[in-house]
Amino acid sequence: MTATLSPPAPKPVEPGAAPPAEERTSVSRWIPAVVVLALWIVVWVFTRGDDTLALPGTSRTDLHDRLTEFQNDLLAGRSTNPLMQFTNSIADALRSAVEWLQRMIVLPNFPRPVPEVGWLGVVAIATYVGLVVANWRIALLVAGSFLSFGVFGFWQDSLDLLIITGISVLLAVVIGIPLGVMIGTSQRANQVVTPFLDFMQTMPTFVYLLPIVLFFGIGPSAAVVSTLIYALPPLIRIAGFGIREVSATTVEATDSAGQTYWQRLRKVQLPMARKTIIVGLNQTTLAALSMATLAAFVNGPGLGKPVLAGLRINDVGTAFVPGALIVVMAVMLDRTTTAASERAEKVARGGGGDVRVRRGLLIGGGIATVVAVYLSRTYVSLAEFPTYSVGDSAASAVSDAVDWFTSTFGGATEWVKDLITNQFLNRTQALLADSPWWLAFVAITVLAYVFGGVRATISTIVCLAGIWYFDLWHDAMITLNMTLVATVLVMILALVFGVWMARDRRVDLGIRPLLDAGQTIPPFVYLIPVLALFGPSRFTAITAGIVYAAPAAIKLVADGVKAVSPTTIEAGRSTGQTTWQEITKVQLPMAKGSIVLATNQGLLYVLAMTVIGGLVGAGALGYDVVYGFARSEAWGKGLAAGITIVLLGVMLDRITRAAADMRRDDGPGSRRAFNVRLPIGPPR
Amino acid sequence: MSEQALQVNNLWKIFGKGADKIIGSPDADLSRADLKEKTGCVVGIKDVSFDVAPGEVFVVMGLSGSGKSTLIRMLTRLIDPTAGEIMMGGRDVVKASDSELRDLRRTHTSMVFQHFGLLPHRQVIDNVAYGLEVRGVGKKERRDKAMEIVELVGLKGYDKSYPDQLSGGMQQRVGLARALANDPEMLLFDEPFSALDPLIRRDMQNEVIRLHRELGKTMVFITHDLAEALKLGDRILILRDGEIIQVGTPDEVVAQPADDYVKDFVSEVPKAHVLTLKWVMRDPRPGESLEGPSLPVDTIVRQAARTAIASDHPIRVMDGDTMLGVVDEEDIMRVVVAEEES
Repeated sequence: MTATLSPPAPKPVEPGAAPPAEERTSVSRWIPAVVVLALWIVVWVFTRGDDTLALPGTSRTDLHDRLTEFQNDLLAGRSTNPLMQFTNSIADALRSAVEWLQRMIVLPNFPRPVPEVGWLGVVAIATYVGLVVANWRIALLVAGSFLSFGVFGFWQDSLDLLIITGISVLLAVVIGIPLGVMIGTSQRANQVVTPFLDFMQTMPTFVYLLPIVLFFGIGPSAAVVSTLIYALPPLIRIAGFGIREVSATTVEATDSAGQTYWQRLRKVQLPMARKTIIVGLNQTTLAALSMATLAAFVNGPGLGKPVLAGLRINDVGTAFVPGALIVVMAVMLDRTTTAASERAEKVARGGGGDVRVRRGLLIGGGIATVVAVYLSRTYVSLAEFPTYSVGDSAASAVSDAVDWFTSTFGGATEWVKDLITNQFLNRTQALLADSPWWLAFVAITVLAYVFGGVRATISTIVCLAGIWYFDLWHDAMITLNMTLVATVLVMILALVFGVWMARDRRVDLGIRPLLDAGQTIPPFVYLIPVLALFGPSRFTAITAGIVYAAPAAIKLVADGVKAVSPTTIEAGRSTGQTTWQEITKVQLPMAKGSIVLATNQGLLYVLAMTVIGGLVGAGALGYDVVYGFARSEAWGKGLAAGITIVLLGVMLDRITRAAADMRRDDGPGSRRAFNVRLPIGPPR
Repeated sequence: MSEQALQVNNLWKIFGKGADKIIGSPDADLSRADLKEKTGCVVGIKDVSFDVAPGEVFVVMGLSGSGKSTLIRMLTRLIDPTAGEIMMGGRDVVKASDSELRDLRRTHTSMVFQHFGLLPHRQVIDNVAYGLEVRGVGKKERRDKAMEIVELVGLKGYDKSYPDQLSGGMQQRVGLARALANDPEMLLFDEPFSALDPLIRRDMQNEVIRLHRELGKTMVFITHDLAEALKLGDRILILRDGEIIQVGTPDEVVAQPADDYVKDFVSEVPKAHVLTLKWVMRDPRPGESLEGPSLPVDTIVRQAARTAIASDHPIRVMDGDTMLGVVDEEDIMRVVVAEEES
């Protein structure tokens, strides 16, 4: 195996070469943008309300009905279509795997009236796993979490959710690690796979549920497949990134010792990338949990079901307890995987405490676990989790609290809601959605050109044409408007907190754990408290979107500003700049790449959330999708809405990426950052 | 011919598409910048040939971008040459199959890198044993061998440390030990000490000199530091833009720079420390006394100074029993003073 080095980068200036041509001084992109906006408003004044292509919530077009028919035809031909047969057999395999595990630990395994391993055994095994992979503190956390699942009355839903998450993560590892190795070691594989990953990650989670139901049916199989699709990209990406980041000198040095391809992979690349790969595993687990929760929409088993039921009737009390348990589970999984990686690191470096103490602990724990499993198989009371009323009383307490809150502060929250809705949201919506479609089309395209250049313009035209074709133009504009408004608010938060965190280490240390926690919580859960505050409305969905998107955006901005070289800042200070000048003239311009990236992420997160917000009165595309789930005759409309959401996402993604690429000062760094998302961890 | 440790004949490396079509065409004679302009290809190494004798320390010197790192990587095909021949251990490396090449890298050569390239997840001892490990040597045996080498390079007691716990100089000792553990015929050094601070660098240079004396391995040593080249090299090859400018012993390079480029390079060198009497001696003038002391022709000028000052007669410069010429106090002073003036 010969290793090849890429040719050394050509030196920027060859000796004796002519000085570079002076660059065309470019006008700030904001000036033409404002001009376009002004023209748009002028034309809008004369044409508003014409050709808006509005489609009432329950009506459908021929295209939508054709899509529904297409689905019906596919379903009718299920037994002869080879693709459907293939997906159905996968679905069957997944379903039986899930059911087998359920019979092992949650559902009665006929002829037994109880599962093979009762609750005591399950708690014991889980605790023991915590002890083995991490330490006794994690074991206690795991035990406490599991007990809380039962005590609050959601034992079965919790374990179902864990089963779906577990199977998906297992499959993700089996598929993702080899793919990660491939894209990490082969430039060509990377070029082939990356666009797919981009696309998968641009797509709001909610959207691929509809086609998945078509091919994999509803229930556990659809839940596992959608969870897998969502959880796979981060693992592949981060694993590939970790392998590619292995120091080229080390690879070269070990190559020069005459190693084979497999020796290089096994002894050099994988061990050196291990830490990164474990971070990827952590991300994948949390992503899987959040998607497995959402899979309640396709009748996937788990804690998402009671949350969804509560949200459907806008009952915060019902949704609160399972929502809180989802958070408990997320924290448990996050802490366990993180502690496991830290422990692995320590052991690899010869640490990890007294071996004999630990061995004793493991043997004792193992015996206790076996005894617990035996007992749980023997006594019914240890097999079925006893019923407590804690969950119900917590739910009603929350309901009461919400009622009290609404009656006491209702005025204040209403005021905020009305202010933002009337002053901000409605005005921009009037412009976007009440413009004739051709006007909005042209205006958005021109803005895409101003910010993203030619390539972004082409993508934008294609996406807008697609949106127009699927007959949901008006709804798309409303959703786009909500997304843009929420993103603006996210970016205001991100700039304020990001700069503050970057400039003050104590603030960073204080806020970052909150942000990390925010990122571990599945998005679905955010809807609950926001719903309690504001009731069902567009504003609720936007607020949930902001809460969901802000942590990632704030962290990206903070890290970007912090990455500004201290030398540059020092040099600036030596010229006597004020703090404000330092922020606006040095730190923010140099962190522009990160800020654009944060905007990109903010848009996609918010879009994903405004769609889920269809449940809590956001209307527009999100509602169309939910409606499509609920009514079989509206399936086609739901699919059209889903595709429209994807098109919106791709359009926003392309424009912001192009805007980032057009900046010549941030180099490849920001583009690389596009490939690894959601940095989680302590401040650097 | 085959007694040479390394023979490089007409070696080329051109980066870029269609590189192999350039060699032999008129384009090959273009300068680096012109070729890049015309074809988009960049010349790394241009028609380089040289020999290295067994046990010799052969230094390749050049500024950054001169192609020296490319050159040394081609010797074991970490970079594939575009054309040419590299004879080493009786075979042509350029034509070697993957398994032959692996075998060559495992047993015949070892390389030390500027940025060390150690495995951060392994202890020093297992870093040193890595070459033996990929060769398939058993754990006990390779650790014993690695332990010997760790002691040889002065790292005794650090064998259980991890690379990031060591200073730069110590890390490079690990790199050196890893290279030695294979017991190769030839050691390749790619600017091994450039990343170290000056005092440590001096220690490491002395270490290399000591190891060379003790083990007598052939070494190819890359550097951009002329002082280092003069100190270590039996012979020096000076490279610019991928082309050989001059090959010679240190005193030849200093005394007879091939062109202004080399002259510029060596202008700062304290000549009295490098030049031998060969370069300052002259024929005796008629009637000049031949009673003075005799010194061998390869004596460094600085070492001859004391003798010359102490003696009233010119020094006789000898090659064995033959007298080649004479050198007096004034000749020597001219070398010493001239460099002070410059």
